[in-house]
Amino acid sequence: MIIGVLDIQGDVSEHMDMVKASGEAPKRVRRVDDMKDISGLIIPGGESTMIGPYMKLRGIDKYIIEKNIPIMGTCAGLIVTSKEVIGGNTYIPLFKIKVSRNAYGRQRESFETDIDIKGIGNFRGVFIRAPVIEEVYSGDILSYYNGKPVMVKDGKNLGMTFHPEIYGDPRIHQLFINGL
Amino acid sequence: MVELNTKYGTDLLKKGFAKMTKGGVIMDVTTAEQARIAENAGAISVMALERVPADIRAEGGVARMADPLKIKEIMDAVTIPVMAKVRIGHLAEAKALEALGVDMIDESEVLTPADPFFHINKKEIKVPFVCGARNLGEAVRRIWEGAAMIRTKGEAGTGDIIEAVRHVRLMNQGIEEVKQSDDHELWEMATNIAKSYETLMTQTREMLFGKPVIRDEDVLFGNYTYLEIKKGLYEVLLEIRRMGRLPVVNFAAGGVSSPADAVLMMEHGVDGIFVGSGIFKSADPMKMASAIVQATASWDDPSVLVEVSKGLSGMKGRSVEKMPEIEKIQGRGW
Repeated sequence: MIIGVLDIQGDVSEHMDMVKASGEAPKRVRRVDDMKDISGLIIPGGESTMIGPYMKLRGIDKYIIEKNIPIMGTCAGLIVTSKEVIGGNTYIPLFKIKVSRNAYGRQRESFETDIDIKGIGNFRGVFIRAPVIEEVYSGDILSYYNGKPVMVKDGKNLGMTFHPEIYGDPRIHQLFINGL
Repeated sequence: MVELNTKYGTDLLKKGFAKMTKGGVIMDVTTAEQARIAENAGAISVMALERVPADIRAEGGVARMADPLKIKEIMDAVTIPVMAKVRIGHLAEAKALEALGVDMIDESEVLTPADPFFHINKKEIKVPFVCGARNLGEAVRRIWEGAAMIRTKGEAGTGDIIEAVRHVRLMNQGIEEVKQSDDHELWEMATNIAKSYETLMTQTREMLFGKPVIRDEDVLFGNYTYLEIKKGLYEVLLEIRRMGRLPVVNFAAGGVSSPADAVLMMEHGVDGIFVGSGIFKSADPMKMASAIVQATASWDDPSVLVEVSKGLSGMKGRSVEKMPEIEKIQGRGW
C-alpha cells in the first residue's frame, strides 16, 4: 500500500519513517499529480497558516473531497481538516469538530505525557503548541487529556492534537493503515 | 490517580518544535505591523528584533537583546511562533526571554557577543535554541550544547548569498566526511572539535604555570569534564553518520534576499529559510515576503520562481567580497 505524506511544510520525514516502520511505502505528496496512487494521506504538523493556503492553491483540498481520500491529521494537520477553528481559518471541513489553535499556550507550555488510547493502550503523547478539541459533533473519541478529547476517529479518518511521529511510536500509523 | 508523567522543556519537545518549522520561511520583523505582514505572507515564524541586521551593521555600537516590550508587542500581534535573539554566551538574556515566553531563542552572532570563551549551556533553558554555524565543527558543538536547530551564519545584513552558500557547502562536505569515517576517525574529529572548549583553561594555566596542559578530568564547560565533552561530541558525530544528516533541523540564514536565493539554499538541502533584512529593506516588503514563501514552497518548480520574481526589486545590499575582514560578523562564536 502507498501512503502519502503531504509535503508542503512541517515534519514530513518523521511521518515517512513511521509509515516505513508500519511496513508500507511512504510517498511525498507535493501536488495533486502525486496523489493518484495513494491509499491514504497523512497531513503532518507544522503551521496551519502555511499548509492550509497551499493545499487550496494546489487543489489538494478539492481532490481529497472528490476522491474521498482517507486522512490522518496530526496537530496542524488536524486544524486544516477541522470544520470549526477558533483563532484560525478553516480549509477542509472533514472532521466534524471544533478546535482551538495553540490553546495550551506557547512553546514553553508544550508538554509530553502518558495518554490512554482506545484500541492501543498507553501511549506517549507529545503536544507541541497543540490545539485543543473543544467539541466533537460526530465520530468517536479515542483519547482524552485533562478532560478534553485529543484523538478522534470518523470513518477512516484519524485526527489527533499530538505528534506520534515525534515520539517515534508507529502504533497510531498502523491503526490508520489497518483501517484503510 | 494515574501517574501521567507530564514533562515540559524536554529535548524531545525542543527538537520537535524545530521540526515543525521545516519547509517554512522565518522572517525578521521589528514591529507588530511587520509581523502581521509576515504572517499574512505565509511566514511560519517571525524573529522579533529592534533593528534588522542591515541597520545593526550600519549603526554600529553594542547590539543587545531587544526590548521585551517590543518582543511582547510582536508576540501579541501574531498566532505563529515568535523567536528572539540573545548575545552569544549571555545566559541572563536567555533566561529573560524564557521568562517572557518566546517560542525559540536565537543565540546570534548578529548581536555583540557577551562571552569570549563559551556559548550558552543551552541544556539549562527549557525554551529551544537555534544557533548559527559556518561549518560542521561549529554545528556539532552547538548541538552538543543543546541547540534544537542550526542555521548557516552567512553574512547577515548584506543581502549577499555567497557566505550562506559557503557555509552550507562546508556543512554538507563535513557530513560526507563523517559518513565515510570509522569510529576511530570520528573520535579524532571529536577531539579536534573539542579544542574550542580548552581556551579558557589554556590561557589560565599559561598565565599561572607558563605551560598549558589540559587533562581529561579537567572541568571545562558547565559541569562537563574534557573527557565528557569529547564523548558528547563523539555521540553527535555517530548520530550524524547514522542519519546521514544533522540530527537537528538545519536552516539557511545570512544573506537571503530574493526568492531565487531561497530556492538556491533549498537546492543545497536546507530544511527552510531565515530572511533577515531582505524583506523589510526591499521596495515592496509584502510582495517580497510573499514571493520568498511561494518560491520556497515550490522550490522544485522553476516556473513558480519566474512568476514570483517578476517586477520584484530586492534590497541594494553589499557585496561581501569587497568587505574588510573586520566588518564581517560571521567570525563571532567559538
